[in-house]
Amino acid sequence: MSLVDIKGLDVGYVRHRTVRPAVIGLDLSVGEAEVVAIVGESGSGKTTTANAIIGLLPPNGRITAGSAIVDGIETAGAKEKTLRGLRGSVVGLIPQDPMVGLNPTQRVGAQIGEVVKLRGIAGPSVHTEVVEFLDQAGVPDPELRARQYPHELSGGLRQRALIAIALAGRPKLIIADEPTSALDVTVQKRILDHLGGLVREQGISLLIITHDLAVAADRADRVVVMQHGRKTEEGDPRVILSDPREPYTRRLIAAAPRLAHGGRVVARFDVRDEERPEPILTLTKVSKTFPGNDPRRGRRGFNALEDVTVSVPRGQTHALVGESGCGKTTTLRIALGLESATSGSVRLDGTEISGLSWNKLRPLRRKAQLVHQDPFATLDPKFTVGQSVTEPLVSFRVGDRRTRKVRALELLDQVGLPTSYLDRLPQELSGGQRQRVAIARALALQPELIMLDEPVSALDVLVQEQILRLLADLQQALNLSYLFVSHDLAVVAEVAHTVSVMSQGRVVEQGPVAEVFTNPRSPHTRELIDAIPGRLPLGEKVV
Amino acid sequence: MTRYVAGRIAQALVVLWAAYTLTFAILYLLPSDPMQLQLAAAGVQEDSLTPDQVAAMKAEFGLDQSIWTQYWHHLGGALHGDFGISLTQRVPVTEMIGERIGPTLVLSASAAIVALVAGSALAYLATFVRWSLLRILFSRLPAVGASFPQFFVALFLIQFFSFQLGWFPATGSEGASSLVMPVITISVLASSVLAQVLIKSFDETLRQPYITTARAKGLSRSAVHLRHAFRNAALPAMTILGVIVGVTVTSSIVVETVFTREGVGRLAQEAVLSQDVPVVLAVVTIAASVFVLVNLIVDLIYPLLDPRISHTRGKVRAPAPAPALEGGTL
Repeated sequence: MSLVDIKGLDVGYVRHRTVRPAVIGLDLSVGEAEVVAIVGESGSGKTTTANAIIGLLPPNGRITAGSAIVDGIETAGAKEKTLRGLRGSVVGLIPQDPMVGLNPTQRVGAQIGEVVKLRGIAGPSVHTEVVEFLDQAGVPDPELRARQYPHELSGGLRQRALIAIALAGRPKLIIADEPTSALDVTVQKRILDHLGGLVREQGISLLIITHDLAVAADRADRVVVMQHGRKTEEGDPRVILSDPREPYTRRLIAAAPRLAHGGRVVARFDVRDEERPEPILTLTKVSKTFPGNDPRRGRRGFNALEDVTVSVPRGQTHALVGESGCGKTTTLRIALGLESATSGSVRLDGTEISGLSWNKLRPLRRKAQLVHQDPFATLDPKFTVGQSVTEPLVSFRVGDRRTRKVRALELLDQVGLPTSYLDRLPQELSGGQRQRVAIARALALQPELIMLDEPVSALDVLVQEQILRLLADLQQALNLSYLFVSHDLAVVAEVAHTVSVMSQGRVVEQGPVAEVFTNPRSPHTRELIDAIPGRLPLGEKVV
Repeated sequence: MTRYVAGRIAQALVVLWAAYTLTFAILYLLPSDPMQLQLAAAGVQEDSLTPDQVAAMKAEFGLDQSIWTQYWHHLGGALHGDFGISLTQRVPVTEMIGERIGPTLVLSASAAIVALVAGSALAYLATFVRWSLLRILFSRLPAVGASFPQFFVALFLIQFFSFQLGWFPATGSEGASSLVMPVITISVLASSVLAQVLIKSFDETLRQPYITTARAKGLSRSAVHLRHAFRNAALPAMTILGVIVGVTVTSSIVVETVFTREGVGRLAQEAVLSQDVPVVLAVVTIAASVFVLVNLIVDLIYPLLDPRISHTRGKVRAPAPAPALEGGTL
C-alpha cells in the first residue's frame, strides 16, 4: 500500500459563506521511497493539496469530499490531534521561502532540537542529533550554525536548516513546497541534488511542489500536472516531456526556456558578427567599497565591486548574471545613481553622472527607469494602478490631469492590461499583472533605458514567458535599451544580446550571449550553465 | 555597544531637560502673578502690604530676578533635587513630594504589573481560543475597556464593591485593601491599550511562514503559540511599554482624587488648582523622568529580546535587508 493515497479529493476555501473550490476530484498516490512532483502555475491547487496532506489548510480551507489517507490514517475531517500525530513524524515540510521560514528570535539549533524532543529524546543527545541533522542537510560547521540566529545565515543555509528540521522528525514523507524557487540557480541545484540524495539514501518519499516543469523533470520518478484544481496529466517525466498529451503541459514546456529547445540553452539573439550600436550607458572601471561594519564580512572594508566595466548598447539588452552577492545589484544601483561609486566613471547617454548632486542628477532620471524584482512590494498598496502609473508624470510635472489620464490609458494598453484596470488596487492583481503595472510606470516618462532587476524571478513559468515577450515587444516598438539583472541564464538567453558574468565583485566574462553561453571560458559561467534545470539530455536523471 | 548605551542615556537626559524647560516656560508665562497667589493663600490683601514688604517677599522667592536668572536658578536646584518652596504651603517642594510619593509609586507599580499581566493574558486568549464566540468577545473587550472614562470606572467600582458589597473601602490609602479598586481602575485602561496592540501583533505574527514551519513540526497549538508566536508578537508591543507606565502615572491624578488617596497625583491636582508653580513643575518633572526611564530601559533590553538588532558604531542597525527572493551564496 502506498504511503499517501488520495481519492476524489475536493478542497475548497470558504469566503462569504460560499465555498470556492481549489482542488477538484484529485486522485494521487505517493509510494514508499518514491519521488513525485506536482507541477502547475499558481492557483492550480498544488499547494492546497500539499497542505491537505499535512493537515495545515488555512482556517477557511475545507475538505469537502473524498479521502486522503496518509500512512494508513484518514486525514479528511480528522481532528487536530490526529493531524498533529502525522506532522513532523510522518510528514515533514520544507516551506517555500527560507528567508521567512525560520523563527527570527530563536537559535537555529533550538528550532531543530524542538523536533528531536518531540520524538521523546532528552538531555545532551538532543544537541548531538541537532548537529547530526544539520550535517546531513549539508550545513558546513554545524556546531557554529546551531548556535546562530536565522538572520546570520544566508538563504541557502536557511533552506538547509529547514531541511534539517524536516529530517529531524524522521518522517516517511517530505513535502517540499517550491523549496528553492527563492534561491539562486546554483544554490538551488546544489540543494535539490542534496535533498534528492538524502531521501534516496534514507528511503524517504518526497513530494515536490513546483511551477517549474524542468525542476520536476530532473528529479521526480513521476510527474503530476495540475491546472485549475484538477489533475491534467500524470506519468514518467521523460514521457511527459517528450510526448505531452495535454495542451496545457505543452504550454508549460514551451514556456520553460530551458525545456523549449530540447534541453539546450539557445540564445535568441546572435550578435556575434554584428557591429554593436553606440552604448547608451557605460560603466568604466567602477569600484565600490563599503565600510566594514558588518560582522559577517569581517572588520575590513568590503569590496563590493572591483574594476567593473559594462556597457549597454542602444536598443539592445545587456544582461548582468551571477550568484547573489556577486555585485550585480550594486552595479545596477550605481548605474541608476542611487549609490555612488568609490572610483570609476558612469556615463549615461553621453553625460558623466558619477559625482553629480541629487538635483543635477534628477533630470537625467527621466532617461533611465527601474523595474524591481518583487512585483508584490514595488507598488504602493494604497495607490490605484492609475496613480502608480502617472506618479512619475506628476513628480516631473508633465501634462495636466486630463493628459496624464490619456497617457495612463495608453501605457496600460502598451503593457497589455485592460483599461478598466485604471482604478484597481495592487491587491486585486496577480503577480504578472503587477509586474506589467511596474513596467508601465517605468515607461511613463518615455525613458531610453530601463534597468530590470530580476524582473521575472518571482513569477510562474507561464507568466514569466509572457512578461519576457512583452519586454521584447516593447524594446522593438520603442527602441528601448535594457540592463537586465538575473541569476537565471536560461532567462538571459531569451532576452539579452550581450552579457557580463559577475563573480565576487568582478566581471569574469563578457561578450555576446551566443558566444559566452556556447563557449564559456570562465569556470563561473560553466557552473551557472550547469545549474540550469532541465538541461541534461532527456532520459538521464540527476541522482 | 557602550556607545549605544551612552547615546541612549544622553538622549534621555536631553528629553528630560526639554520637558522641564517646556513646563517651566508654560507655567511662568501664564498670565498669573505668583505673588498674588501666595497672598491670597495666606489670606492677605496685597494692598495692605507696604512696597518694602512686597519687595522683600519677591526677593525671598527670587521673583525680582529676570526670567533667565530664575530659570537657571530653578534648573540648578532641580538638578540637586531641590524644587524650591511651595507658594501656598511654604514648605520645600521636595519634602512635600517625598512624603507622598510612596503610596503613588506603590499604586502605579502595582497597576503597571496588573496591566501587563492582564493585557498579555487577554491578548493571548483572544488569539488562542478556537471557539469563535469567545474569540470575538476577548478581542472586542479591549476596545470597551479603553473607552470607559476612568472616573466612571472608579465611581462604578465604589458604588458596587464598597457601597453594595462592602468588600473594599471607598476612600483612603490605608492597607492593601484600599489599593485594590484604584489599581483595577488604572489597569482597565492600561491593559486594554496593551491588549489592543498585542492582539494586532499576534494576528500578524500568526500569519508568518515560520508559524507554519512550527506547526508542521507537529508541535501542539500551545507550544506554537507560546514558544514561537508570543515572543515575536511581544516585540512590537514593547515600544508602547513606556506609554503604559506613563498611563499608570498620569492616571494617579484622577484615581487619587476620586478615591481621596494621599499621593503625588492628588498633590498635582491641588497644585494645578492653586497654581502652585514649583509643585506642578516638580510633579511634571518626576512624571517625565518615569516615562523617560521606562523608555530607556525598553531601549536597552530590546536588543536582548530581538537578536536581529545589533549595535555597531553607535547606531541601531536593522538586519541587513534580506534580498527578498534571492538566496545567499553558500
